[in-house]
Amino acid sequence: MTQPSTVNDESVTYGLRVNGREHGVQAGWLGESLLYVLRERLGLPGAKNACEQGECGSCSVLLDDVLVCACCVLGADAVGSDIRTVEGIGQPDSLTDVQCAFLAEGAVQCGFCTPGLIVAVHDLLDRSPDADELAVREAISGNLCRCTGYGRIFAAVAAVQRERADA
Amino acid sequence: MSVARPTTVADAIDALSAAPDADLLAGGTDFMVEVNFGHRRPRRIVALRRVDELRGWRRVDGVYDLGALVTYRQIEDELADELPAFAAAARTVGSPQIRNAGTIGGNIGTASPAGDALPLLAALDAQVVCDGVDGRRTMPLREFIVGPKQIERRDGELIARVRFDRCRGPQHFLKVGQRNAMAISLVSLALVADIDARRVRVGIGSAAPRPVRPAEAEAFASAAIDWTTGDIAPDDVAAFADMVAAATSPITDHRGTAEYRVHAVAVLARRALQRAVRDLADGPDIADGPEMRRQR
Repeated sequence: MTQPSTVNDESVTYGLRVNGREHGVQAGWLGESLLYVLRERLGLPGAKNACEQGECGSCSVLLDDVLVCACCVLGADAVGSDIRTVEGIGQPDSLTDVQCAFLAEGAVQCGFCTPGLIVAVHDLLDRSPDADELAVREAISGNLCRCTGYGRIFAAVAAVQRERADA
Repeated sequence: MSVARPTTVADAIDALSAAPDADLLAGGTDFMVEVNFGHRRPRRIVALRRVDELRGWRRVDGVYDLGALVTYRQIEDELADELPAFAAAARTVGSPQIRNAGTIGGNIGTASPAGDALPLLAALDAQVVCDGVDGRRTMPLREFIVGPKQIERRDGELIARVRFDRCRGPQHFLKVGQRNAMAISLVSLALVADIDARRVRVGIGSAAPRPVRPAEAEAFASAAIDWTTGDIAPDDVAAFADMVAAATSPITDHRGTAEYRVHAVAVLARRALQRAVRDLADGPDIADGPEMRRQR
């Protein structure tokens, strides 16, 4: 799909590739963040909207395989990139090992931070399967959880590492 | 409103010449926050992240040459051996997500007094390279940043690169925030002990409208150190710290008071100098840095 190099307001329509699928975006204006576009224009509410300033990590997505906050990405500047959200990581009837471990270890309480954490943990374990505890702490330091105290989350990550090592 | 997505510097300059007042967008970690909160209502944006020429860094003949799109993540991952204070500064920026996106060009372009990369760049006398409709301009970072969030970028120009000479010797970056993680700096300080010039070089952040170089303190410490042994009298360290603090002009804001900042700058200055002279005392291997050790 070719994209014009400049998008003007007269045609506030652009294409985004999210979870391997092409979407046409009908944006209200071009200043909308990728987070807003995902949630309000494309009906993908997995990335959560909390701080809108890159502090909380609840909107974590992968942009061309790089973990970023969707609130800090201009939707119209994500054209041509591969965007992966939590919706593209597991399905309700086929959860990933990370999602299963979060459930099994009680790493989910209110659940608001969970989608961002799932994306961040998948990113970490894809890049460094043997991440030690310090690396795990660092990797999710940008994902704020106010319920769990993180202990159950670390346990879930360790469980996935054990499972994958045994597999 | 329009968004241009050039893939070359030439195309970016074309887009800027069509809209000289356009906002430049790189990592978005400052820009989008302002947009999200309604503090900025952009009319035209030139988005730079597809411009491959602005990516990556190299060191040629002792000069570091960083593209404006080099991220904090890259500085952490790729420059920790050669520029440990730069990597330390990058590590203190935001979260991993922010460090994956935020760029060195953006840190300079935003020109926040709290910009974490700026103290070391100031200490290293970095040069900012701008490309624009009228060609290329190179100017010292300390002249390019003229005040809080104010830079000498002209309409139709973009920050293309930042350059600085390689500097052998210990270097340290220290930062005080309201907590250790994801904190905007209350004060920050970079110190380089330049063993070839036998000169202490210091850059201070968040303690004035723009990065500060405490010239008097630098000259004092440079003369007070025994560069062969790393010895320095404790009184001289204390005097240096006071002189560094005296060179600042911080404000009181929601993050801290001016008085606290002056106090904290002195603490950081003392600590950074103590660490640097300890490195000197530990021998040339430490002073040269791991990269030189590998070359031996």
